[in-house]
Amino acid sequence: MLPAPLAMHIPDGFLSIQVSIFLWLITILVVGYALKRVGADLGERQVPIMGVLAAAIFAGQMLNFAVAGGTSGHLIGAALATILLGPWAATLVLTCVITIQALIFQDGGLLVLGANIFNMAIVAVTVAYMVFRTVNRLVGRRSWSIIVGGFLAAWVSVEVAALGTALELAFSGTSPANIAIPAMGGIHALIGIGEGLITVGALAFLSASRRDLLKSSQAAPIRGRLVWAAGLVLVLLLAVASPLASRHPDGLMWVASRYGFLNNQQNPLFKLIPHYLFPGVQNKTLATILAAIIGTVIVFGVAFGVAYLRRHKTNPGDDQQV
Amino acid sequence: MHVHFLDPYRPRNSPIHRLDPRIKLVLTVVFILTNTLVPTGAWPVYILLFALILSVELISELGLGFVLKRSSLAIPFVLAALPLILTIPGKTLFILPVGPWTVQASYPGLERFFSIAIKSWLSMQAAIVLAASTSFPELLVAMRALRVPRLLVSIFGLMWRYLFVLVDEASRLMRARSARSGKSEAPGAKTGGSISWRAGVTGGMAGNLFLRAFERSDRIYMAMVSRGYDGEARSLPLPNIRPAHWVILITSLGVLSILLGFAYLFWG
Repeated sequence: MLPAPLAMHIPDGFLSIQVSIFLWLITILVVGYALKRVGADLGERQVPIMGVLAAAIFAGQMLNFAVAGGTSGHLIGAALATILLGPWAATLVLTCVITIQALIFQDGGLLVLGANIFNMAIVAVTVAYMVFRTVNRLVGRRSWSIIVGGFLAAWVSVEVAALGTALELAFSGTSPANIAIPAMGGIHALIGIGEGLITVGALAFLSASRRDLLKSSQAAPIRGRLVWAAGLVLVLLLAVASPLASRHPDGLMWVASRYGFLNNQQNPLFKLIPHYLFPGVQNKTLATILAAIIGTVIVFGVAFGVAYLRRHKTNPGDDQQV
Repeated sequence: MHVHFLDPYRPRNSPIHRLDPRIKLVLTVVFILTNTLVPTGAWPVYILLFALILSVELISELGLGFVLKRSSLAIPFVLAALPLILTIPGKTLFILPVGPWTVQASYPGLERFFSIAIKSWLSMQAAIVLAASTSFPELLVAMRALRVPRLLVSIFGLMWRYLFVLVDEASRLMRARSARSGKSEAPGAKTGGSISWRAGVTGGMAGNLFLRAFERSDRIYMAMVSRGYDGEARSLPLPNIRPAHWVILITSLGVLSILLGFAYLFWG
């Protein structure tokens, strides 16, 4: 039905059984926790609010705008839902959307539904939340912080979810890592711009018409720190895994060794670690990963530092908001 | 646009439609699981699996054209597996010069690619038969029986009820936009703003849709409360599964596991 998000809805047959089951387990845990959290927050309003908003996100994915040459950009909605509803409710809403898409419209498979929910409802939401909170902490409560934060959150969530999808395909041996990762990353870097622009448009509209909705969602982060940390871990993991997989001279060899490890449970894990760690920094891949980690840590160190300094400058009333 | 036609459910009076939804859901998932587990290149097993799903399609009276047309949805994703032909080492199939490089297609790569494509296509057909032969309330019953959290099932139910209302709302927004957008016939005349302006307009529509949904959910909640809703999802007890349907379940599971065993015996 929708060509662009379809690139992220994995159909059945494309993921190995091990990857599918592993991601189902994570998904069940997170969605179960989200159900409880949102239930505690909304009480008996949970069913009507979550149901109608899930329908709204589903319908919102129909909205599109012409880009060029017959292609069009449209909304995916993970970042918008996260910013408006908070991480747990957004996870729940997107889980519903993705499940209905798979069950009724065959947009994405049934056995790989866990993986699709993981990518689009868990990874995308977690990362969007982390980015949006970080930008808000950095620039404080200026009028444009929502715009910048919204754009970045939308772009990063699309990009990271796409990289996650590519990695899962590579792990399953259905797409060579050195092709899937750059291809998915490249396409979704563009799709992410469209997503970012729409998200900003929506946030601008809402801040003009119902500013209270935006404020209330920012003021009540439910276990926000946990989600923030999880987002950081996800980004770090991808910073490690993506170059490892895509820079490997033969992506397939890497996949095959992983595939063998998952299939036969022969413990080449112990072989893998010395192979990748012991050669030291001469190893080009390792150097890339180290650089990526150090870079990420520095960026977040600076972000935290600035946020910390701001805390002391602003008046105590603001503290509750941050 | 009447998006009600989006609903793939097609009422018929076939044995597949009458089959207990719980058994249908389980069998669909097990069929897809079998597809996923069958080793690469087990062509005869793929043909048997195809025969199986084809006969289910024929029994269901859905129309082969309908199922096959819908199953073409998975085709774009097959592109993701296409590079396998070139990257899996093995007996060379052909060598293609691309500029300064030569690209080598291998026989095992081709085999793997086609295996993935066929598995995905067969799984897609099973999912289509499930969605087209089971009404949504029946699917909700099946999910409840399979221990999907009750709250989540209630949210699915409410979402489904308002899905078409909100899709209609979204199409009204789009119709309003196109009604306000002029298009010049003059050659070379640029219509509409920049891409980011257009995206911003679409974003405004998305925000509008969200706001309407939010307000609607409040009204729905009030209406539910005034009718006695207290947050508890109440539902009728699940009916018993008829013995004949148990037989169908067990026979089908037997056939699928024999096929799987066969596949592992000869191609594992």
